[in-house]
Amino acid sequence: MASIDNRNANTIGAAAGHGHGGGHHDEGSYLSSRGGLIATIWDWATTIDHKKIGVMYLSAVLMMFFFGGVAALAVRTELLEPVRNPSEGVVTGQWLGSFLGVESTNIAKNNQHYNRVFTLHGAIMVFMVIIPSVPAALGNFFIPILIGAKDVAFPRLNLLSWYIYVTGSIFGVLAILLGGVDTGWTFYTPYSTTTDADQMRVVYMVLAAFILGFSSILTGLNFVVTVHKLRAPGMGWFDMPLFVWAVYATSILQVLATPVIGITLLLLIFERLFRVGIFDPGLGGDPVLFQHFFWFYSHPVVYVMILPGMAIINEIIPVHAHKKIFGYRSMAFASLGIAAVSFLVWGHHMFTSEGELAATVFSALTFLVAVPTAVKVFNWVGTLYKGSISMTPPMVYALMFLFLFTIGGLTGLPLATLSTDMHLHDSYFVVAHFHYVMMGGTIIAFVGGLHHWWPKMFGRMYNNRAAIIFALVQFVGFNVTFFTQFVLGTRGMPRRYASYVDEFQLLHQISTVGSYILAVGFTGSLAVFVHSLLAGKKAPQNPWGGLTLEWHIESPPTTHNFHKEPIVHHGPYDFDTVLPPGWDPEDYPVPNAREQAAAYARAAHSHVGHEKH
Amino acid sequence: MTTVPIHDAASHGTTKKVVTWREYKAAQHFRNKEEEFDGVKLGMWLFLATEVLLFSGLFCAYTIFRLLYPQAFANGSSYLDWRWGGFNTVVLLISSYTMAASIRWVQLQQYARAQANLLFTIGCGGLFVLIKFLFEYTPKWSGWFFFLDPALSHYPDSGQRALGGLFHFVDGYGGKRPGELFSYAFSSDPYEHLWWSVYYSATGIHATHVLIGMGLIFWVYLRVRKGMYGPTHYTGVEMAGLYWHLVDLIWIFLFPLLYLIH
Ligand code: HEM
Ligand SMILES: [Cu+2]
Repeated sequence: MASIDNRNANTIGAAAGHGHGGGHHDEGSYLSSRGGLIATIWDWATTIDHKKIGVMYLSAVLMMFFFGGVAALAVRTELLEPVRNPSEGVVTGQWLGSFLGVESTNIAKNNQHYNRVFTLHGAIMVFMVIIPSVPAALGNFFIPILIGAKDVAFPRLNLLSWYIYVTGSIFGVLAILLGGVDTGWTFYTPYSTTTDADQMRVVYMVLAAFILGFSSILTGLNFVVTVHKLRAPGMGWFDMPLFVWAVYATSILQVLATPVIGITLLLLIFERLFRVGIFDPGLGGDPVLFQHFFWFYSHPVVYVMILPGMAIINEIIPVHAHKKIFGYRSMAFASLGIAAVSFLVWGHHMFTSEGELAATVFSALTFLVAVPTAVKVFNWVGTLYKGSISMTPPMVYALMFLFLFTIGGLTGLPLATLSTDMHLHDSYFVVAHFHYVMMGGTIIAFVGGLHHWWPKMFGRMYNNRAAIIFALVQFVGFNVTFFTQFVLGTRGMPRRYASYVDEFQLLHQISTVGSYILAVGFTGSLAVFVHSLLAGKKAPQNPWGGLTLEWHIESPPTTHNFHKEPIVHHGPYDFDTVLPPGWDPEDYPVPNAREQAAAYARAAHSHVGHEKH
Repeated sequence: MTTVPIHDAASHGTTKKVVTWREYKAAQHFRNKEEEFDGVKLGMWLFLATEVLLFSGLFCAYTIFRLLYPQAFANGSSYLDWRWGGFNTVVLLISSYTMAASIRWVQLQQYARAQANLLFTIGCGGLFVLIKFLFEYTPKWSGWFFFLDPALSHYPDSGQRALGGLFHFVDGYGGKRPGELFSYAFSSDPYEHLWWSVYYSATGIHATHVLIGMGLIFWVYLRVRKGMYGPTHYTGVEMAGLYWHLVDLIWIFLFPLLYLIH
């Protein structure tokens, strides 16, 4: 039998020796461009290359993350001090008021400004950051590569989704510039249909969410077709990397849940423009109907947010623990199971507004969601067990994810329990819960995924030590910020208030300090990436020793990804039988690289007979 | 007229035939055009699923308010004339037939017939929307009737005219509007405005879909004229057709719910 790395080179057709960028091929990297600045911009603006579109999404998402983050810091800064007497006013309110030129010392007005800042934060983070972050940015870049395709199924539609995303974001920003929206990201009626009744900005914000939903539907649809139709020869459904499975499940959720929010938001717009009364109790309409519609979408959408996070962890953990993933099939089915069950539990957001029977049923169903979720956590831990773990930055992020997401998931259970939720509903406990899952889960996984694939995407390494230090800063900052909020919530601090009783001040201050630490952490990560782009070492083909198809090609990939159609001969995580392609322990930026190499070689030789053909 | 074999059509391209078909090659990231066709079709079906889900929200609202306010809904639907609804249903059904026929004609390379069928389909769509606006929305909303409206014979003529006599005003008929805009003086149920909210939202969104479908078919028509489709490649025509049938199908549900059930 031919030696393994030779065989990889043949089957994949990419440079298998530790190819630095594949200089001997005539086709250049997808990043290289001919011509001047204008030509380059035009080239990017009209590109249908999924990698460039992924990078464009990445830039847009990071920009929105920055804006959303600034709003979060403003909210936390406000909460350093309670508003002790009514004439004192709300600091962010005054600050935002003066920023927008609507100076006011009126306390009610100022409270409204505070509401606008947290709505801005929530709406940006949910609709413009987390939902597109992993699927649209990293998914666009890697889904086709991971299944051995040249592009997504509908490249032009893909570019169109990006433009739709930008259009939606522009409407959102417009709503903010016109004075902001104070409805909260949930747009609950009848408040959302009556507030600022003479203004268009709520309509713009709702329209923004509608348009962004359209973009997300098109991206999801594109991925579903891509996964169905463009897998390389030899890649059956159960040979797909788990990242693909989870993004596939996400895409189905996006396609099936988003239309419902589409019609809801349309009706909300009708309501505001023509006062049709469907959600207005004053006209005989039903505001709870809005909540049902909203959560029918927005609960599945929390899985649109977390599944891609899990998707990334699925890749990081086996590669950086150099071990076959534990329970591949149960992972794939858990993704689908989560997607399926998530359509049945929306009522758990409405325990206080729906009937008792409905609440009981929804409570019971909600517990079901925890099962496939727990299966995943067990499988990750099972993969780590007896793996040879390299403490690379992606691995550090994956471990952070495990820790934070588990807390987030477990605190969902008291919320799903009717008797406890009556106390915890609309309190800081809920705020802490969803930040642990959304930020501690998805955002941390996203940043981890960026670290994992950065060398592949941009062809540069970054400083590992700095990356790990800032990851840890984020970890500390995150827990300081949000663990305190669990405590605040159980003590009775309600969410969405600019003021509070004096007893809560210490905890609020700790939380605010935590948010500053977080800001330092993320700024640090950004600096690490910028430094990498400017002065980073050239990335080898396979810095971490991964087996999936992206590690078979150059860093960064060429325009067509593969030089000829790849044929898949081994599973994505067969670390026990396959030597990672194009991998050189000298390139390996971790201390125990040589031991790793030796372990691989031993494993590969003793198991050669078990390879999948 | 007889069908011309594919290869001849491409090589002759002579006297009578204006449209010649250039054999289509798959987009570069698909292995072949069959797989591309399958992919596009899957994508289209998914998109249609999202459309169904979009309307399902409206059907849901319809059901809930019908259960809450049965009398208001019974009153409301009694103002609709099933004959207009029925006529429009027939118009859409015929257009669905001509749409399907155009696919067949493209496959047989009978491009003139394909184009005629496509234009006829667009015409049907236009007729549907026209009827909706002229004979249904306008009088109910404002009390102004188009002078050809047969319903005019049932109402005493107020004598008011607009647009050079094209529109006749009937006192007290208008004002059947959604929500707060509702001003119809003779309603007997306080929640009738909700019926109109559901009615206008559902039919309005549906009519928008008809307009989009007409645009789509026109785009396909232009492509047929350019000779982009033929016996083994007719993806665009088929997809526009699927969309059009869905729009038709949704109307098939809306028609009995709004016009026939009282
Ligand atoms: C183990 C699984 C989970 C369970 C059992 C669970 C349960 C719940 C429950 C019962 C609530 C409603 C609390 C209330 O308003 O009183 C809630 C709120 C929330 N959850 Fe979860 N959850 C889980 C996972 C997740 C995940 C993975 C995410 C997102 C990535 C998430 C995001 C949210 C958000 C955003 C809210 C609050 C929405 C709002 O009112 O603004 N949850 N969760
Ligand atoms: Cu939920």
